[in-house]
Amino acid sequence: MYYSRLKLASVLGVCLLGLLLCLPNGLRNPFPSMPWRQIHLGLDLRGGSYLLMQVDLKSLTHDRLQTLADTTRETLLKSQLGYRNITTNADAGTVSFNPRDASEADADVTALEKLPRVVPNEFTVKKQDNGSIVLTLSQDAVKARAREAVTQSIEIVRRRIDATGAVDPEITRQGDDRIVVELPGVSDPERIKTLLGTTAKMTFRLVDSNPMHTTAPPPGVSLLPMSDPAEGGPLPVYDHVDVDGTDLTNAGAAIDSQSGEWAVSFTFDSIGTHAFSTVTQANVGKRFAIVLDNKVIEAPVIRSPITGGNGQITGGFDAQRATDLALMLRAGALPAPLSVVEQRTIGPSLGADSIRAGMLSLAAGFVMVILFMALFYGRFGWYANVALLANLVLMVAILSLFEATLTLPGMAGMLLTLGMAVDANILINERIREEVARGRTPLAAMQAGFERATSTIVDSNATALLAHVMLFVFGTGPVRGFALTITIGIATTLFTTLLLSRLLMVRWYALTRPTSLPV
Amino acid sequence: MFGRPLLRFVRKDTHINFMRGRFAGLITSAVLSLASIGLFFYPGLTLGLDFRGGIVVEAKTSGPADFGKLRTALAAHNITHASIQAFGAPNDVLIRLDTGDGQETNKVVDSVRHAVDEAQPGTTVLRADAVGASVSSELFRNGMLALGLSLAMILAYIWFRFEWEFALSAVITLVLDLTKTMGFLVITGFEFDLVMVAAILTILGYSTNDKVVVYDRVRENLRKYRTMPLRELIDLSINETLNRTLGTSSTVFLAALPLALFGGTTLSGFAWTMLFGIVVGTSSSIFIAAPLLLFMGEGRLKNSRTEYKQ
Repeated sequence: MYYSRLKLASVLGVCLLGLLLCLPNGLRNPFPSMPWRQIHLGLDLRGGSYLLMQVDLKSLTHDRLQTLADTTRETLLKSQLGYRNITTNADAGTVSFNPRDASEADADVTALEKLPRVVPNEFTVKKQDNGSIVLTLSQDAVKARAREAVTQSIEIVRRRIDATGAVDPEITRQGDDRIVVELPGVSDPERIKTLLGTTAKMTFRLVDSNPMHTTAPPPGVSLLPMSDPAEGGPLPVYDHVDVDGTDLTNAGAAIDSQSGEWAVSFTFDSIGTHAFSTVTQANVGKRFAIVLDNKVIEAPVIRSPITGGNGQITGGFDAQRATDLALMLRAGALPAPLSVVEQRTIGPSLGADSIRAGMLSLAAGFVMVILFMALFYGRFGWYANVALLANLVLMVAILSLFEATLTLPGMAGMLLTLGMAVDANILINERIREEVARGRTPLAAMQAGFERATSTIVDSNATALLAHVMLFVFGTGPVRGFALTITIGIATTLFTTLLLSRLLMVRWYALTRPTSLPV
Repeated sequence: MFGRPLLRFVRKDTHINFMRGRFAGLITSAVLSLASIGLFFYPGLTLGLDFRGGIVVEAKTSGPADFGKLRTALAAHNITHASIQAFGAPNDVLIRLDTGDGQETNKVVDSVRHAVDEAQPGTTVLRADAVGASVSSELFRNGMLALGLSLAMILAYIWFRFEWEFALSAVITLVLDLTKTMGFLVITGFEFDLVMVAAILTILGYSTNDKVVVYDRVRENLRKYRTMPLRELIDLSINETLNRTLGTSSTVFLAALPLALFGGTTLSGFAWTMLFGIVVGTSSSIFIAAPLLLFMGEGRLKNSRTEYKQ
């Protein structure tokens, strides 16, 4: 029953600190030197777009298999072993081929076992019963690639979004193969979706000039469609990449001085310049295809070696498309296509309505609970109300400290916490009332009330806590906000009811020494 | 108002014989729960966007909504199976449709936006949500996992703090509460989505809290009155905690009521379900959890009381 000065000071100190931490939410940063933390409004209150994007695992697997097939060819050639029919299968995650002669099969396996692996046990090499040799990618390797792709993509996604001028975009990883993009204030995410949905992988590859191959390409050559179907049918293009778009240093949209069309001009770095001049020197007179995301933008004939490291693409672009392509080339290619699997957009007016509805409910609920406590519990009810106010302040303070995101369900969580919080006071008061009825003195009744009620309070809050921690772990988006506010609310409730309202009651008793309690 | 309390629910010498109504309570509850389970299978829950997947676009048209025009414009974008509903004001429309995989869903939502704008230029899109099938099934699985694990953890906690009779009767009561809430959702047609899972979990938390308080008193009285028959003892415990039970359910009810009235479309379903759950959770503590404890603990809890003497 006795509160030391230290305890008194620390309880009041925590409340004051809470009040201080709440301030940033109402004021506009008056002390720029102070760490200024405040609650962020969720997209459902602020308006904006939420995009959940998934890395295309199949395309990642396909890319890796392609390079694996390339290195397989090189290794076998180097070891002077022959092969027939190298094929890749993205669904199964395999590269398979037939040895030139069955007697070479073991030597093939030995040679390929020595191939470098990006991650341990990335793939296995096995001789099949039908004589073919199969390299199989492991599931773990595909997952590891996805994780790596997500890490790379986040950086590129950020650069692309920043270039559009979106304010405060939030880009985070979710699980192994997903990225969450939150765009406050963007009420129509169509352009951003297009920007992020394009891999923008640009490669320069030679065109196979054999006219027979336009219908049945041999291994190592693929038929790629033109990006503008009006330019003609698919072209047979070698799979081997001569120059990669990642070797660009700059790209920009400009109007071509000769044709007056929109074009994208680019500059290679030293690696790109070197590769470009080597290829163009060796292949004068052949067609060189500029391939963007497996579609041929154009395939001009190399008239003379290009050594300057500059180039220009004209592919019948309009201004928007040229600007976006230049933007994407500058930001870099995504390692794999990203597809939007979930999208939520909230207009600014609905957000404002939600804030108003949330605030109104919060205020109305708060007032009703306060009135109830005053009517049913008198003086001790008012102490509970002081604790309730402190509870609200502390909740806001902790949310600000974490820079948590406040959502509409989160506001509901706050309100319900306030409704539940007085439960502890009700338990204490009812207990004191019973003890008084049993004929105890005021002091003994209060003491018994606090002691007996405490374990009940802890038990009942613990079960509520368990339920909401589960919700936080398995929930997403606004619902997580709800679980978070309730979880924080349970902690602040324990503090304000077990320490603060009790302190007020004890101080009142110590000051007035009443002969009977107002219960 | 600033001194002694002005109001209270029941007088301190109240002694209502709740256990006399134990069969009536259990039978009513069982019938309601069975009916709810029936409703759960037919016509079944209305799944919300989170769990069903598809597209919902909420728009405020420039003039009064012209459904014919909207339908024509949507058809021009090859969207023929959309449902167009009015809600709230005459210029509020809700367009929803089911789609297949994520990539398609993501494109169709843009078409819907274009169509709405072509039909009635100047329309503002209040909300446009698209959830792919893979994501919705994942959200559903996680929601159910959260529900299941919460129940299991509540069971474990009460078991740990009380005897197993308490834990088991609490969890049976919670399951009965849960089925009734499902029945309520089917009848009202509120959408079952993640927010609703949050409401149900809150109800479970609240309901458990209510049971813990009554059980806590039962346990205390078991130690205090060693010779009192369990039936009387449970009745006494309920009566002693009645003011608290009614008090707390009132404050939670009062807190949730404004949400139901002013919370807007997002929260009103959530809040009405909460209100329903508070009433069910409070009454089930008295009429179901307590009788179950009586049936399960008759004999056993008396024996275990001898342990306290040592």
